[in-house]
Amino acid sequence: MTTDKDAPISGEMPRNEGTDATAPADPGPDADGGPGTGGAAGTENLDSPLHLRPAELRGGGEVEHRDKVFELRKVSVSYGSHRAVGDVSMDVFQRNITALIGPSGCGKSTLLRCLNRMNDLVPSARVDGEVIYHGENLYGPRVDPVQVRKVIGMVFQKPNPFPKSIYDNVAFGPRTMGIKQNMDDIVEEALRGAALWDEVKDKLTSNGLSLSGGQQQRLCIARAIAVKPEVVLMDEPCSALDPIATLKIEDLIRQLKDEYTIVIVTHNMQQAARVSDMTAFFSVRTSEGKRTGELVEYDDTEKIFSTPADRRTEDYISGRFG
Amino acid sequence: MTTGETQKIREDRPRERRTTERTRLAVAGARAAGQGLYTPRSAKHRVTNTLFSAVLFLGLGTALVALTAIIGWALVEGWPRLDANLFLAGPSTINPEEAGFRTAIIGTVYVIGGVIALIVPLGVGAAIYLEEFADRERWYNRFIELNIQNLAGVPSIVFGILGLAFIVRGLGNFGFVAAAGSMTLALLVLPTVILASREAIRAVPSSVRNGSLALGATLWQTVWRNVLPAAAPGILTGVILGVARAIGEAAPLLLVGAVTFVVYDPSFFEGGYSVLPVQIYNYAKRPQEEFHVMAIAGVLVMLVVLMLINSFAIWLRNRYEKKW
Repeated sequence: MTTDKDAPISGEMPRNEGTDATAPADPGPDADGGPGTGGAAGTENLDSPLHLRPAELRGGGEVEHRDKVFELRKVSVSYGSHRAVGDVSMDVFQRNITALIGPSGCGKSTLLRCLNRMNDLVPSARVDGEVIYHGENLYGPRVDPVQVRKVIGMVFQKPNPFPKSIYDNVAFGPRTMGIKQNMDDIVEEALRGAALWDEVKDKLTSNGLSLSGGQQQRLCIARAIAVKPEVVLMDEPCSALDPIATLKIEDLIRQLKDEYTIVIVTHNMQQAARVSDMTAFFSVRTSEGKRTGELVEYDDTEKIFSTPADRRTEDYISGRFG
Repeated sequence: MTTGETQKIREDRPRERRTTERTRLAVAGARAAGQGLYTPRSAKHRVTNTLFSAVLFLGLGTALVALTAIIGWALVEGWPRLDANLFLAGPSTINPEEAGFRTAIIGTVYVIGGVIALIVPLGVGAAIYLEEFADRERWYNRFIELNIQNLAGVPSIVFGILGLAFIVRGLGNFGFVAAAGSMTLALLVLPTVILASREAIRAVPSSVRNGSLALGATLWQTVWRNVLPAAAPGILTGVILGVARAIGEAAPLLLVGAVTFVVYDPSFFEGGYSVLPVQIYNYAKRPQEEFHVMAIAGVLVMLVVLMLINSFAIWLRNRYEKKW
């Protein structure tokens, strides 16, 4: 983790120069495609800043910035006439951990629940704008929310295992999808994936609620990944846990990154700094007595925590925020 | 404090010195704070506490005394007739010494079996609809809710008339059979079961629902596999209450054909039938003393049948409760 953090700060300038050096190589093919254009030097100068940005990001540690999973375009969520969070535009990248941070009531959990249409369960909730998932608007007319939730799983703030055996908890998701074969293997794989197998392999038939809080939360993660989703949304997954259980979950989240795209809401800034690749900072704007959440800044986690562009982010990060 | 006591404390001191002064101070402080919190501070507190306990025990005692008095009285009075014939023999108007409740027991088991078969699916189904699927904003759903609550308070004889008009005759046209009795009693206790089941379903935490839906389960899968098993103990409690009420009802059944003397074993869909409370009433109103003893013994029979049915339901409930 420390190497990740040190690298961009110390290596930022050299890398920019490096990308400048590689930039001419990029337009190279373009130039080959259009040999007829005359002023090659002029177009290079214009193109290079455009090419610079993704190239720069690509170099940022292990971060994979190219494949977008979600593209949010001017997303607003309202409860009745009250707008909880407004005009959020951001991209979520594949196999990345994206953290949403901000003060209470800034709508980060609401926004998270938009991403797998859990807000549909609140009768008064309305979503405006587009939530595009691999090119498909999740709120399009032909999208079935049940199918959405099968590919975009969720872990909640408070561990919520079903009042069933550990085995049945994990097997519930696959069973609802009609899977009957190899259930033992699926359960074992999911529990191993959630780093819980060694602790529960001898008591798979005991009730999920008999586990400790941290184990219950890992059981919930196992339950979520048993259906092989692409994305796992986590709504403050550690806020009900003690520090040791929190560290275990954080380790787990970092491991899960190899296979899943993770979006995590957290109140804990250190947690966001420890686990995430990208961080979005939300704030509350109060106008006419109504509080609306808004996206202030979204960038690499290192950047947000070292050199935030916005004053409000800096105040929040350094603890000067009310 | 006398000198003797001071002496004693001085002798004790060396042993106490093992703990530090600070620890002792802390312990004493904590103890004082605890006592201040948990002991009544004044005589007034003591009196109100005692009074309150007395009222609680009075309530509990009245219920217990009434219950034991009924059972004890029935045991003493009915003792001469507590034999196998009471359960195995049919009723008789000539021979009270050898008469029994056989046909009434069978009739009761049929009627109550039918009631359970009707109220469990209907009651739970209605409760699931109202809790999970109904849109509260719609006026008809609120209207249904209000009416179910009102129906729970309707006198049983009204259901008897209803059963006579629409089940025995009219639309159903079943005739005076046990099935008609089942349906009438099911209508009578259905509101109770629906209300209890709704409470049980509402008590299932929403985190269970959200967890299930977030895994891509449909609402129906969520209700069937997660909500209902979790609500089962509460639903069964409602069923137990409903059955206990149904088993003791005589009034509506008199209207739908529970005739008092059935010498042959009844069947569900044809022929006359009788049930225990009606049979007891019939014995009790006869002039001969022997029949009165029969009636009292019948109370015990009814309690036994009720306890058998309820203990099954309670066993089922406990089985589900362990899973929590």
